[in-house]
Parts: sequence; structure tokens; C-alpha cells
Amino acid sequence: MIARIIESASPRALALLAVVTLALLVAPWLVDSYVLSVLIIVLYFAYVGQAWNLMLGFAGQLSLGHALFVSLGAYTSAALFIKFGVPPIIGVFAAIAMAVVAGCLIGYLGFRFSIRGVYFALLTIAFAEFTGIIVDHISWLGASSGLFLPVKNQQSNDLLNLRGSPTMFYYVILALTGLAFALCSWLLNSKLGLYWQAIREDQEAAEASGVPLFRYKMIAVAISSGLTGIGGVWYAFYYNNLFPETMFKTSQSVEIILGSVVGGVGTLFGPILGAFVLTPLGEVLTAATDGMHLDGVKSFFWGFCVAAIVLFRPQGLWPWIYNVLGLAPKKEGER
Amino acid sequence: MSGGLYLNVAVSGLLTGLIYGLSALGLSVIFGVIRIVNFAHGEMMVLGMFATLVLFRALGIDPLLSLPLVAAALFAFGYLLQDLVVRRVAHLADHMQFLLMASIAVMLISVCLMLFGPDAQNAQVSYGFDSFAIGPLLVDKVRVYAGAAALVVSGLLFAFFHYTPTGKAIRACGDNYTGALVVGLNVRRLYALTFGIGTACLGAAGAIMLLLVDVHPYLGPSYTLLAFIIVIIGGMGSLPGALLGGILIGVSEALAGVILQPSLKSAFSFGLLILVLLVRPQGLLGKVAR
Repeated sequence: MIARIIESASPRALALLAVVTLALLVAPWLVDSYVLSVLIIVLYFAYVGQAWNLMLGFAGQLSLGHALFVSLGAYTSAALFIKFGVPPIIGVFAAIAMAVVAGCLIGYLGFRFSIRGVYFALLTIAFAEFTGIIVDHISWLGASSGLFLPVKNQQSNDLLNLRGSPTMFYYVILALTGLAFALCSWLLNSKLGLYWQAIREDQEAAEASGVPLFRYKMIAVAISSGLTGIGGVWYAFYYNNLFPETMFKTSQSVEIILGSVVGGVGTLFGPILGAFVLTPLGEVLTAATDGMHLDGVKSFFWGFCVAAIVLFRPQGLWPWIYNVLGLAPKKEGER
Repeated sequence: MSGGLYLNVAVSGLLTGLIYGLSALGLSVIFGVIRIVNFAHGEMMVLGMFATLVLFRALGIDPLLSLPLVAAALFAFGYLLQDLVVRRVAHLADHMQFLLMASIAVMLISVCLMLFGPDAQNAQVSYGFDSFAIGPLLVDKVRVYAGAAALVVSGLLFAFFHYTPTGKAIRACGDNYTGALVVGLNVRRLYALTFGIGTACLGAAGAIMLLLVDVHPYLGPSYTLLAFIIVIIGGMGSLPGALLGGILIGVSEALAGVILQPSLKSAFSFGLLILVLLVRPQGLLGKVAR
């Protein structure tokens, strides 16, 4: 599989990929703790963006409720850790199970009752908000005052319990992002991925050609929600606090999808590129507007930038950069 | 006693529901004709509330009297927004349209934050604490006026869409885009008008709502979600459906607040939404999707 990717890519693209990968691998030694914290957030959004992209970009199903899967993963692993001492390395399986069950429930209801497009998106929002309100009332999970993980001394890195320094969290999320990328690029070119793209492009035509719509859409939702749930585990142990007031909100879902959309929906590098553009953009805006002491300036420019990208680069930044940098292989029949 | 309590709560929920309905009309009109989901819905309504607040504070105009002014201002805003910006994403996929509207929502929140700060503010009218007593019923005066105003504006809207040539032309665009183009309707202008009318509804609803609730910049998203629930329950694109959905949600939220817990009332609405989506996705009064 890797051989095929290397074969089909241009030398320039491979060189760029190698440089970026190497830079990410050695980054903790080169940058200060602030830049590292930004990189960690970048990679988190690259990871969950990739997971979300699998559902819309590959299989054509728009979810605006992915905050639900992050939150379920986060709450499940955190609750198991706090209440029963289950380490996240085991809790992650429960987290995946919770997220996949929720994803499959939404998918089953949505696809069985053929709720499509905007309506399906609204169904995902409804489930996320609904669950958020319910969790807000479960005192065992901290209810509205939040669920907190014990923060101990950070001297040693304990990978199994996900307790340690930012550098450890950096490598964990970097590994997750890399694995998700590998998984997605393998899936995209597999038979499954081709079925998904057929559904994405024209559902009726795919059905007429004998693609079992329901089964393949369900698989897409299951993989996407499961991957997102893993992201939630990482989130819980990195941030150490969870509030239903923010976790399940649509604004959280928007943050998840933003990178992918800005980078380019349906592309493999889009979610990663989008995260690398947006998170630093937010940081730069924070720094630039800090001196103005006026609430809202930063978010205004933030919204403005996103609107500008939607209006002027509706395909996302990746296809554009791909052409600008001349990364396309010089082969016939390729874009 | 408890029967009287429930009746009181239900009536007050019904009156609030009428305002919800008016606001949801704004969403429904825009989706029904332009097929764009206005994810900045709640934020535009909050903009209307702040505009009303400014008129009240600076000139002492009663929110109900400034309603036409605010509606007109929001109409101009919506008209220009559609004609200059939203029109350009009409051919894009759902998620791009969503993102554009969401970023407009973020900008609106930011502007409100910059101008008015994050604190909750209200317009205290002289009749704020008065109430009407009808037998065992005790209804707040503001709520009666608010519900009546919402009903009047909705009535005007129905009349516009059913009896004026422009209103009929807009409905024609919504029913058949290509057909509207073929018979020579100026679809671009009609779309801008539609968007303007939709946001004018929000301006009106915002002006009325200011009588009942305190306004702050972060109020928007909850109104957006509420309007979605109402419109889907009533039927996307159906005007009577929006009003019916508004009343249903208004009453059920009010009752859920008394019977369960106030903080659980929106869980009840979301549950209702999920149920309707599954059982009757086109909504109670909606037409089957084309």
C-alpha cells in the first residue's frame, strides 16, 4: 500500500511529506512550550477533523454533532479512570464502544428512515445537544459543575495512564494523527472507500449498481465515531476537566469540522492542513488583538477569515496549494 | 389549585410560543424559498433585540412601537446579505453553506460583544409587572401584548404571501425555481426580498422578545436551535407549521419546566424533535420533500 502511494506521488510531494514528518517528529526539541501547546491543539484538530472527514468527505454524510462522540469518549474513559481506576489504555475500548454505539444509533435511525442532507445534520445536532442536557443532570458525572481528573506530579511519563508531560501528549496525538491518516488513505483506495465515494457522488446510482447503501453508510459512521471517540479519550486526559456546557455544544462540533472544511473536504491532507492554518491563525489573532482590550475583536476576524475561505476557496485550501506547489504527479489521467 | 397553576403556565407558554413561532417563520420562509438553512438565525434575532434596546434606552421608545423600525432595519440587513454574500454560496454543498452562516453568526456575536459587552441587559417597561386577571387566570400584561404583536405580524406575513403579487411570486420561486425563471420572474431580487422578509421576522420577534427576556450576545445559539426544533416539528417551509410548532414548543417547554425541572425543558424539546424527525420527517404540516 505504501509502495503504491510512493509510486503515485511526485518527487516534490514526497520530499515535502518527508520534511514535514521529520519536523513534526523532532518538534518538541526545537520549539518552546507555548509553540508545543499550539502544535498539540493543531494535531488534535487534525485528528478529529480526519475522523469527521471520513464520514462527509468519503461517504457523503454530513454530521454536525461530532462533539457527541468526542464527549462520549472523554466522559467514558474519564469516569472509568476516576470511579474505578481503569487506566485509559483499557478505558479507550469502552470509549470507542460508547461512541460507536451512539454513532450507529444515529446512523440507524437516520438511514433507516431515509433522513438526508440538512435533516440528517440536524438529527446529529439534536442528539448531541440532547445528550449534553442529560449529562448536565447526572450528578455521578459531575453534572454541570464538571468532571475533573486528578492532576498528580508530572515528573514521569506514564503512557498507560496517560499522565505526563505535554511532550508525551504531543507524541500520543501525533501518533494518532499519523495512524488515522494511514487508515484513511488505505480505506479511501480500498473497495470500501470506492463504495463510499460512489454513495457520496450519487446515492441513487450507487444503489442501482448494487451498492448496499445502508451497510456502507453505517460502516462509515461507525469508523468515524469510533475514531472521534479515541480523540475524546486523549482530550479528557490532556485537559483534565470536562464540562457538559461546552463539550456537547454545536460550537464544539463546528470546531471539529472547521479544519477539514477549510483544508478541503474529501482530501487526505485537507484536515491536517486546515488544522495547521486555523489554530495558529487563532493564536495570531489573539496576540494581535490582545492590546485592544475589546471583547469580540478576535472572534470577529476569525469569523471573517472563515467566511472569506468559504467564499473564495470553496474547495478548501489543499487542492489550491496542491496546484500552487506543483505537487501533482506528471501522469496522464490524474488531476 | 394545581389545575389552575398548570392552566396559567400553559397560557403563558402559549403566548411565548407565538413569539417562538414568529421567529421560526423567519427561518421557515428562508429555507422554504431559498433552500438555505440560516444558522445565524438566533444571532440575527439577538441583533434585533439589541437594536430595540438601543431605541428604548436612547429615545425611550417602547419595544412594541420600535418593532416596525427594527424589522425594517433587519429587512435591509437580510436583503443585502443575501444579495451580496449568501447568493454566492447557493451552488455549494450543504456544509459550506452551513459554515458561511455559522461564520456570519460568529461575526454578529462579536459585533454585539464589542458594542454592548457580555452582560445581560433588559428594557424595563412601565407595565412590566402588571397582569390581567381572567377568572382564575392571571396573565402578565407584557406576555399578552407580546403574543398579540406576534400574532399580528404573522397575520400580515400570511396576507402578504397569499394576496400580494410579490408574495405569490416568492412562493412560485420556492415551488419551482426553473419555472420561476422561465416565466420571467426576477429570482435574484425575489430571493433577496425573501431573505429580507425572513430577517425582518427576526427583528420583529427580537423586539417583542425583549419584553420577556434579558438580552446578551451569547443568547443566539439557543434561539437558533429552538427555531430549528420548531420548524422541523411544524414542517420546513410551512408557515402555519412554524406557528403551530412554536405554540407546541412554547406550551410543552412551559409545562416541562413545572412538571420536570426548568433546566430539563430543552431536553424535552430535543426529544420531541428526534421523535418527529423519525416518525414524520417532513414535519406536522410540511409537504413531502421533493
